[in-house]
Amino acid sequence: MNYFQLFQVPAQFDLDLTELGTRYLELQRNFHPDNFAAGSERDRLLAVQQAANINDAYHSLKQPLLRAEHLLALRGVKISHEQRSFTDTSFLMQQMELRELLGDILHSSDPYVLIDEAEQQIQQQKNVLLKLLAQALEANHHEQDLQAADIIRKLKFFFKLQHELELIEQQLQD
Amino acid sequence: MAYSEKVIDHYENPRNVGAFAKDDPTVATGMVGAPACGDVMKLQIKVSADGIIEDAKFKTYGCGSAIASSSLVTEWVKGKSLDEAALIKNTDIAQELALPPVKIHCSILAEDAIKAAIADYKSRHGS
Repeated sequence: MNYFQLFQVPAQFDLDLTELGTRYLELQRNFHPDNFAAGSERDRLLAVQQAANINDAYHSLKQPLLRAEHLLALRGVKISHEQRSFTDTSFLMQQMELRELLGDILHSSDPYVLIDEAEQQIQQQKNVLLKLLAQALEANHHEQDLQAADIIRKLKFFFKLQHELELIEQQLQD
Repeated sequence: MAYSEKVIDHYENPRNVGAFAKDDPTVATGMVGAPACGDVMKLQIKVSADGIIEDAKFKTYGCGSAIASSSLVTEWVKGKSLDEAALIKNTDIAQELALPPVKIHCSILAEDAIKAAIADYKSRHGS
């Protein structure tokens, strides 16, 4: 299913999220099961199915990584559920170092300094990758799509790091 | 999800955690990652002049199954030749640790890590 089509927004990475939210509320209203309460069983089932599609689509389109993955899938480059290992050694070395930095936080006498440092590094590199991702996707050529797929893989590591950092911050607060 | 006893054992008492000196010419390193879960695995082997893996160390950031898979592989490769170690299959790891289907990718990661370390050694020693 083409989520961009469902939401009648252009099939591109750079999306107007306000417009997306408005479209979501409209669609939700139009396909609310209550509207089909008097309809046939088939109509009611279709409405429920469509409501589920709308939720899935919104969930995917509003998050940059999922949106990019969906866009790539529509262009024939499928990377969700892949189990291939990532082998970019220098990138992974850097990931290890960031993980080590995160590991030091809980034992540090001044953990918030390290948290700031980690947050800055993660944010900065995430932003660089997101910009590269937008550029690669905008080109709309197979070669750049493959590059985009690789950038998404890297971004996933950074989103994971960010999640880990949030867990550490929670732990510190408790 | 419940971990098997063997996974818990490796997770709580991981074997061979750590790293060898980077500049040691007998050491080779395999680095792999799994984008889907953000796991990162480093596996190092120390190889004797006659091509036997004398020692192995690992460092893994990931779930219990990923840690257990890499810990198990460091145990298995010790004393093996490079060619023997290259035969380790992810299915053997998954079976030994009784990994559930959703964690099979952790064993794939460990197999890829040892293969990457062997490839690293061979590329440095030209064999």
